[in-house]
Amino acid sequence: MAKQLEKKHPLAVRWLHWINFPLLTLMIWSGILIYWANPVYGIRLFGYEMFKFFPPSFNEFLGIPFRLAEGLQLHFFFMWFFAVNGVIYIIYTIVSGEWRALLPIPGSLKRAPLVALHDAHIVKKLPTQGKYNDAQRIAYTSVILMGMASTLTGLAIYKPTQLSWLTTLLGGYEWARWEHFWLMVMFVLFFVVHVVQVGLAGWANFRSMITGYDIVDAAETKPEPPTAVEEVTT
Amino acid sequence: MSDNKEILLEKVREFEARTGHTVDSYPDDANNTASVLKEHRYLSEPLSPEDTKRQMFARSRRGFLVVGAAALLGVFGWRWMPDETKAALLKRTFEFNERVSQIFYSPKRLAPQFAETSVTIPARYNGGEGLEGEIAASDWRLNVGGLADRSDDLVLTLDDVKRLPRTEMITEFKCIEGWSTIVHWAGVRFSDFVAKYAPGVKPQDLPPYVAMTTPDENYFVGWDIQSIMHPQTLLAYEMNGAPLTNEHGAPLRLASPTKYGIKQIKRIGRIEFTDERPRDFWAQPEYGYDWYAGH
Repeated sequence: MAKQLEKKHPLAVRWLHWINFPLLTLMIWSGILIYWANPVYGIRLFGYEMFKFFPPSFNEFLGIPFRLAEGLQLHFFFMWFFAVNGVIYIIYTIVSGEWRALLPIPGSLKRAPLVALHDAHIVKKLPTQGKYNDAQRIAYTSVILMGMASTLTGLAIYKPTQLSWLTTLLGGYEWARWEHFWLMVMFVLFFVVHVVQVGLAGWANFRSMITGYDIVDAAETKPEPPTAVEEVTT
Repeated sequence: MSDNKEILLEKVREFEARTGHTVDSYPDDANNTASVLKEHRYLSEPLSPEDTKRQMFARSRRGFLVVGAAALLGVFGWRWMPDETKAALLKRTFEFNERVSQIFYSPKRLAPQFAETSVTIPARYNGGEGLEGEIAASDWRLNVGGLADRSDDLVLTLDDVKRLPRTEMITEFKCIEGWSTIVHWAGVRFSDFVAKYAPGVKPQDLPPYVAMTTPDENYFVGWDIQSIMHPQTLLAYEMNGAPLTNEHGAPLRLASPTKYGIKQIKRIGRIEFTDERPRDFWAQPEYGYDWYAGH
């Protein structure tokens, strides 16, 4: 059967995606070095602390303690690249029309659980889709909003006096720090789910994020090249 | 006939242009989620399975080589960068960030003030460099150097400072470690202090930096003139309604929501207006914090 190469991911998106991966990793890593100096967050349930960010064993294992200054140096270096990369991505997505594949559409929220059930092999059929299914549309749009939120909460902590309107809007300095931290946790959760899903989706899908292309069966309705000029008469 | 040939050629070219990476819409199917936002689809012309494999292989090889090279370049570029280069790069980044901050800086933007009831009691204590021993307020003197009209230090007592207009503020004190407390300060605006002891000097004619040290010179900070002249930068002598305790910097310290706590030097012994960027305790290379550390 005839095949077609389908261009799935433009060059710009592939570069921006793969540049963002180490940048976000470095922002999280340096953020954890900073967080160590005042590790006040945890998960409390019924007045009992179920989990403390981070357990001493975690810090020891990764060599996190006493690296606050290094964390600040790295955070305030890579923040520029993270922000600029994100801004370019957003502009590109708008200008190129890639947003059409990306944004949630009416009913996405309702249909997204179907995707989860499908991935768990409980539901067999999914609605026909373009590049992304409804769960992907929601996840990929959310992660961009999270990037924007991380930038804004970060600015609110970075310049709480000059940008006091922003810090106040976010609930004050301490709330902004709390929000900044939990956005990081959400990024990590996104990463885990993303990597598992990419693993399950298989090689061809992963390869398409490197090469841009995927192989699909040729559509039956593909036009044939013209072989004669019948309509031209003298 | 030649006409027809040409037209055919044109049509084929047109077809190629259309199908090379032709823009197709997804089938006009209301049930396809792609049709809602009119998503585009980019398909090559139909290929035999062998051609598909060959083309895909070529693209894969190129793609993975480029990505692999970029990844190696990033990892080993950072690994092999000498420590001094890395330190210089990160220090220059702090300085770049400082310049960006100063472009957007306005002394009119104030830190929020809080209610008396939200003051953190007891005040949190951190950092005792330069605070060895005790100094009686009556024995303490403030030396002021770098004044335009004199070459020696101006020497002031605490009463001299207290005679200046008193300013109170309840602001958030932020430590570079990440915690914050609310403190009720009372003292003298640094700008009022300048107006009294550097009379007639316009703010823009002041030297660009101010250096401050403890009497024993074990702790020292440098400030940019913009931040120290901010209306919320105080030479503070009271904290939460009482004279400063020794650990919080008696008898006179800096208090300002425009910088982290590391810059709000306790027990000031000397103030100097200077054209040279002053040394700063935590910005020394062995510690590596941001010299500016400004909010």
